[in-house]
Amino acid sequence: MSDAQLVMHEEDHQRILAVVTRLIRDANAEGVFVVDKNGHLMAEAGELTDVDSTSLASLTAGCIAATGGLAKIVGEEEFPVHYHQGQRDNLHMSLVGNRIILVVIFDDRSSLGLVRLRVKKAGLELARILEEIEKRSEQATSAARSPFAAITDDDIDSLFSD
Amino acid sequence: MSFINYSSREINCKIVYYGPGLCGKTTNLQYIYGKTNPDVKGKMISLATETERTLFFDFLPLSLGEIRGFKTRFHLYTVPGQVFYDASRKLILKGVDGVVFVADSQIERMEANVESLENLAANLAEQGYDLRNVPYVVQYNKRDLPNAAPLAEMQRLLNRGGAVEFEACATVGHGVFETLKAVAKGVLSDLKKLGG
Repeated sequence: MSDAQLVMHEEDHQRILAVVTRLIRDANAEGVFVVDKNGHLMAEAGELTDVDSTSLASLTAGCIAATGGLAKIVGEEEFPVHYHQGQRDNLHMSLVGNRIILVVIFDDRSSLGLVRLRVKKAGLELARILEEIEKRSEQATSAARSPFAAITDDDIDSLFSD
Repeated sequence: MSFINYSSREINCKIVYYGPGLCGKTTNLQYIYGKTNPDVKGKMISLATETERTLFFDFLPLSLGEIRGFKTRFHLYTVPGQVFYDASRKLILKGVDGVVFVADSQIERMEANVESLENLAANLAEQGYDLRNVPYVVQYNKRDLPNAAPLAEMQRLLNRGGAVEFEACATVGHGVFETLKAVAKGVLSDLKKLGG
């Protein structure tokens, strides 16, 4: 179920990081971000350390959601790949497993063709990892293993004590 | 839905401020943004028209502190309130963890409030949600205005389910943080229920 709560463990994060780090190298990209469709940042890598990744994640999700809505209007299920060309930097976004968005930022040291090619392979790998995460998230929910199962009302109240 | 990240030990939740046009959703976020410490908030993004009406959404990321070693991060969104932006509202509601309905207390806006509430219920239902099951708070905004409707009348029209409710005047901050705290508590309590 694509709307279920997502639980990402350290080993999942490492696997995702390994994929995106390889993608940066293979595509000669500046940065790669993995964002879930609800706008939460899952992983980031690359040289773009000064980018506001929280805002990037939220706007990416908004952009994908808006074009997804447009797709339905014209009778498409989804527009899974987006490309924005800038004067210096370019942005490639692709929907993976209908749940996460793979964002690649690159400049003229790379090319759209190369990015497309590398994203395709990385997307398949990420889709596999995501599938496992989703399966585990559903099991975790049903097996009551959420870290929040044990929180108390006092824990919650303590957040709001001024 | 919420996203739990064990790697960064974070829990991310999405709260949406809903309500009719010009009811004060953006003002709520602006007040929160203005009054919170720079180290607990991110940049506030407003996708607005040239006349400062919300075009797509406002977004404000906020950290509320730690619970059991997990940072709690709330992503606050507003929807565009004007009737014709319904397609955008539906998109923004996707994956929501908690909802604030901001009602405009002015008597002449009561019909718009009711229409917006019905729209919220319909759009949530499209995603399989029900207002009775989603963490939900009602805020009666603009209580300071001379043409504000009686509270009892607003409760009768807009809160038959008896959700947590607050009177507010978002421009000066009255009721703003109370509303946010209530919905955040609701979301966290819901996570607890989901887990246990």
